[in-house]
Amino acid sequence: MADFILAATRKGLFRLGMDGDPKPRCIGFLGDPVSAILQDEHDGAIYAALNLGHFGAKLHRSDDFGQTWQELPVPAYPPGEGEDAPSLNFIWTLAHGGLDQPKRLWAGTLPGGLFRSDDRGESWELVESLWNQPSRSEWFGGGYDQPGIHTVIVDDRGRVLVGISCGGVWISEDDGATWALGGKGLAADYMPPDRQDDPSIQDPHRLEICRDAPDTVWCQHHCGIFRSEDGGHSFVQINDVKPSGFGFAVAAHPSDPKTAWFVPAVKDECRVPVDGRFVVTRTRDGGASFETLSRGLPQAEAYDLVYRHALAVGAHGRSLVMGSTTGALWLSEDAGESWSLLSAHLPPVAQVCFADSP
Amino acid sequence: MPRVTFTANLQRHLDCSSLDAVGDSIAAVMADVFEQRPQMRSYIVDDQGQLRRHVNIFVDNAMIKDRKGLTDPVGADEEVFVFQALSGG
Repeated sequence: MADFILAATRKGLFRLGMDGDPKPRCIGFLGDPVSAILQDEHDGAIYAALNLGHFGAKLHRSDDFGQTWQELPVPAYPPGEGEDAPSLNFIWTLAHGGLDQPKRLWAGTLPGGLFRSDDRGESWELVESLWNQPSRSEWFGGGYDQPGIHTVIVDDRGRVLVGISCGGVWISEDDGATWALGGKGLAADYMPPDRQDDPSIQDPHRLEICRDAPDTVWCQHHCGIFRSEDGGHSFVQINDVKPSGFGFAVAAHPSDPKTAWFVPAVKDECRVPVDGRFVVTRTRDGGASFETLSRGLPQAEAYDLVYRHALAVGAHGRSLVMGSTTGALWLSEDAGESWSLLSAHLPPVAQVCFADSP
Repeated sequence: MPRVTFTANLQRHLDCSSLDAVGDSIAAVMADVFEQRPQMRSYIVDDQGQLRRHVNIFVDNAMIKDRKGLTDPVGADEEVFVFQALSGG
């Protein structure tokens, strides 16, 4: 079991112990929006991206588990002409490299650039092979005014999977040198009929892979839940999910490719729990059926929404943690069967993860 | 030499004590500021060199007029204030 939970919130980064002391403690950036966090599995370093409203996006690293922080350079877009020249809006996701890439970091950003560092964030370069894709001109914002990369996953084979709202699912088999546009089978009902199956404008809210069966990719899409068994190249929609197939977050079981968790909301234009009952849905048969899990969760007049990075599963598939936009944080230690409230008074939660102390 | 003073809100992030900077325009003054304090650059301008949208600059009591080119003149005995816009919650 992990030692700690980290919660990136709109007003700071918080740490909660897993050893019977779940009191949240701010370990940095009190008052500042933390847009992404990462614990690098290679060396235990914690990275925190900030989105300072006035003063831009920032990045910090801690090599002592949050006692001290060092500011790092942020990814920068190449010089451009005019007011519309792309400029870093904020870092939406951070990922570490593959098994043999101990200093590698990836950063997914708005307005849609993927960046790579090979020196633990000391310098960054834009991944031009993705940035220069002709279909990028078709990308648009989903939730924000600009398109953004919210998912970067490097599996144990070194394959890189990227999710873009709204720019679809991209796959690189060669460490980012070349890219294939996946996402066949995703469907976008926010587009004209003839373009609804266009892979380049899909809005995958979040992608997760099964760690031990990485060709299984789960997608909580703007228009429902989808599953891939070929590494994200093609997906099949899972229909009739109750109480709703709309949501942002998904957690994939690390070793069972048929198990995943979701946190539903009513629909695009009403982003609250169905009937005020806050629940988690779980499938254990690849999406053929879903269970509605509610024990320990508020079942009346609840308005919590869980953002795409705010549901996480532990390494063994038993522990789950989720944080909501209304500042509640829940932990399950029985694969979602029951939940305990760790805090009801955090700032709005952007991301959670499990972390190990050094 | 113009004196440059910063919003105290920056103090949480980096040294923002006042300093003297060379230049007869905002662009020149800020270039000298960033020469003296390189880390400050990304807090004031974005990666395209544009003044951040929610940062305001005043010369004495007047807000600058040219936020894009920063061509507003600065006299040797004038003071430059770098403030933040009022927003958020």
